[in-house]
Amino acid sequence: MAELKLNAVEKTYGNGFKAVHGIDLHVAEGEFMVLVGPSGCAKSTTLRMIAGLETITGGEVRIGDQVVNDLVPGKRGIAMVFQNYALYPHMKVRQNLSFGLRLKRKPKEQIERSTAEVSGVLEIEELLDRLPKQLSGGQAQRVAVGRALIKQPEVFLFDEPLSNLDAKLRASMRVRITDLHKRLRNEGRPATVVYVTHDQVEAMTMGDRICVMKDGHIMQVADPTTLYDRPANAFVAGFIGMPEMNLVPAVLSGEYGAQTLTLDGQTLTVGPGLAPRLSHGPGPVTLGVRPQHLDLVVADSPDALTGTITNLEFMGHEVNLHAKVGDAVFVCVVPSDQFDRNLQRGDRVGLKPRVEKLHVFDAETGENFSLA
Amino acid sequence: MASISDFPQTPTPRSEPPSALELKLRRRTRVSSTIRYTLLIVVGLIMIYPLIWLIGASFKSNSEIFSSPWFWPKEPSLQGYVEGWKTSTPYTFATFFINSMQIVIPKVIGTAISCTLVAYGFARFEFPGKKILFTILIATLLLPDVVTRIPQYLLFRELGWLDTYLPLFAPAWLAGDAFFVFMIIQFLRAIPREMEEAARVDGANTAQTLLFIVVPILRPAIISVCLFQFMWTMNDFLGPLIYISTVEKYPVSLALKLSIDATEAFNWNSILAMTVLALTPSLVVFFMAQKSFIEGISSGGVKG
Ligand SMILES: Nc1ncnc2c1ncn2[C@@H]1O[C@H](COP(=O)(O)OP(=O)(O)O)[C@@H](O)[C@H]1O
Ligand SMILES: [Mg+2]
Repeated sequence: MAELKLNAVEKTYGNGFKAVHGIDLHVAEGEFMVLVGPSGCAKSTTLRMIAGLETITGGEVRIGDQVVNDLVPGKRGIAMVFQNYALYPHMKVRQNLSFGLRLKRKPKEQIERSTAEVSGVLEIEELLDRLPKQLSGGQAQRVAVGRALIKQPEVFLFDEPLSNLDAKLRASMRVRITDLHKRLRNEGRPATVVYVTHDQVEAMTMGDRICVMKDGHIMQVADPTTLYDRPANAFVAGFIGMPEMNLVPAVLSGEYGAQTLTLDGQTLTVGPGLAPRLSHGPGPVTLGVRPQHLDLVVADSPDALTGTITNLEFMGHEVNLHAKVGDAVFVCVVPSDQFDRNLQRGDRVGLKPRVEKLHVFDAETGENFSLA
Repeated sequence: MASISDFPQTPTPRSEPPSALELKLRRRTRVSSTIRYTLLIVVGLIMIYPLIWLIGASFKSNSEIFSSPWFWPKEPSLQGYVEGWKTSTPYTFATFFINSMQIVIPKVIGTAISCTLVAYGFARFEFPGKKILFTILIATLLLPDVVTRIPQYLLFRELGWLDTYLPLFAPAWLAGDAFFVFMIIQFLRAIPREMEEAARVDGANTAQTLLFIVVPILRPAIISVCLFQFMWTMNDFLGPLIYISTVEKYPVSLALKLSIDATEAFNWNSILAMTVLALTPSLVVFFMAQKSFIEGISSGGVKG
C-alpha cells in the first residue's frame, strides 16, 4: 500500500474544455478518501486520471514515490470498481476475478488460492461458476469489488460503485466496504482508497477524509466532523448536511463588541458566541445556519427572526418547518415531541439561531470568515 | 420470451359454465388466430415454393421438368446428380467446390480479422486524420462496384495476379469491405467502454484487450460478418468471371454457368441438381451459425 499525491493536476479535454483546474490532493497510506460533489464537477475525470484512463494534461500524480503520469493503468498498481460494474460478460465470475492474475501469468495454485480467499471475504463462493448476466445488482457489485481486491493494489479507486443499487442494498454495501477497509487495516495491509460519489451520506459515513469538489476545483478537504462543523465556504456548507444549511443574505454592521446582523429589517445581536470568531469587518454577508440549530420560539422574541410558516413536513421523529422571513425561506428541524401540534401554515413564529453555531460567509467569495 | 403456450388458452375451470359473452370472445380469438396462421402459411409457401420446386425438380427426369409445375417427381432418380457431378469438363464438381473453398475460406478469415481491427481502431482510438479516413471509408460504401472494376483489373494485372485467387480474397485481408467495417463499428459503439477500461486496469495491453475482451463481446457481429461474406462470396459470379480464365480453377458459380454453355441440349436436371448442391454450403453454414447468431443478439446487452 502506498500514499497517493496529486500535484497541481489539470485536465483539458480534446475539445478544449478544461475540466480540472490544478488540484492538489494528498491521500495518506491506508486512508479512505472520498471525492464528493455535484454531478459534472470532474470527480470521475480526476479518478480516471489517477487510474491512467485519461491523460493528465498538467501537474503530476504520484503513487508511492513514483510519478505515474506516463504509466499505463496496468502498471500503476491500482484497481478500479466501475459504476456499472464492467464485468466481462463472456467470462464466469471465477474468470472475471482472476483475469488480471492470469494476464500476469501467476502460478495456477496462487490464482486458485487468491480466488478462494477473495470470494470468501465477499461471500461470493456460490457465484463463482455463474456468468455476469446471472447475477443480481448487489452480487455483481461484490464481484466487481472482488476483482479489485484480488490484485492487492497500492490504491483502490471506486467510481460511484453503489449508485445503481436500490437504497437498502446501498446501505448494506456501504457497511460492507467500510468493514472491508477496516479489516484490511487490522490485518496489517491497509488499503489506500479513493472513492467517488455524489451522495453526501456515503461520503460522510465512509470517508476518513472527504474532498469536496466543484467545477474542477477542490473546495475543502477535511474529516467529516470538520466538514460539518467548520465548512470552509458557503458551497461546502450547503452541500454537506441534511436538510441543507439555510444560507441567506444579511448585513454585518457595528463595531467590535456591539456587532449586529440585519436581515429583512430584523436584527440579531452578535454575542460572545460569534463575535470572537469573525475575521472580517462590517459589510454584506451570507448568513449560514443549519436547520437543526434553529430553535422555535414565540414570534417577536428578542434575538430571533420572525417569519410565517409556509410548509410543515412531518418526518415521524422530527418536523421540518419552512418559514418565510422577508424573501428568504428558512428550514427548521424540530423534534416531534417538542413540536406544538397547533401550529399551522400562515402562523407567525420566531426562529432563534444558536449563535455559537452560526456561520458567516463573505457575500462575494463565499469564504467562511467565522472560523477563527 | 414467453411462447404462446405459456398463456392459458382458456380461463381456469370454474363450477358455472362460461357465459355467452365469454364463449363468443373465445370463439372470436380462435377464429382470428386461425385466419392469421393460414394467411402466414400460404404466403410463406408461395415464397419458398420455387426453392422446393428446385429441389424436387433436381430428382426429376429431364422431360418431366417442363411438363409439370408440381414439385414432387413422378419417378425420382439420382441421375441428375450423377451426371451433373461428372460435368462436361475433365473435372468433377468436387474440384469446383474445392476451388470455391480456396476463395471463400481465406476471404472470410481475412474479412473477420481485418474488419475487426479497423473497426476497433475507428471506434475506440483518436488519431490524426481519423475524420478524413472515416469519411473515405464510408464514401467507398456509396461507390458503385463497377466504377472500380477496371482500375482494379489493371492493378492486379500489373501485380501478375490474373488467373489466381489473390484478386478475389486479397482485398478482404485489407478490410476492403467497408460495409462490414461499418457494421462492426456500429456494434462497438453500443458497447460501453468500461469493460475495456477494466481490462486495461487489469493489466491488458491493447492487443490483449482486443483479443480477450472485445472479440468475445463482438462475437455475434463477427459471426454475422462471416456469414454474409461466406454467402456473398459463394454466390459471386462476376469476380471469378473477370479474373479466372482456366477452367480447372473455376469456382462453383462459374462451373454452373459452364454446364449451361457447354452442351447444346441442356441437361436441366443435372444443372438443377448442381444448383442444389451449390446452395447447400450456404444453408449449412447459416443453420450452424444461427444459434450463436441469435444467442449473441439476445445476450449482447449488459445489465446496468
Ligand atoms: N471526454 C470528454 N470530453 C469533453 N468533456 C468531457 C469529457 N468527459 C467529461 N467531460 C466534461 O468534464 C466535466 C466533468 O465530468 P466528470 O468528471 O464525468 O464529472 P462527474 O464525474 O463529477 O459527474 C463535465 O462537465 C463533462 O461534461
Ligand atoms: Mg462521474
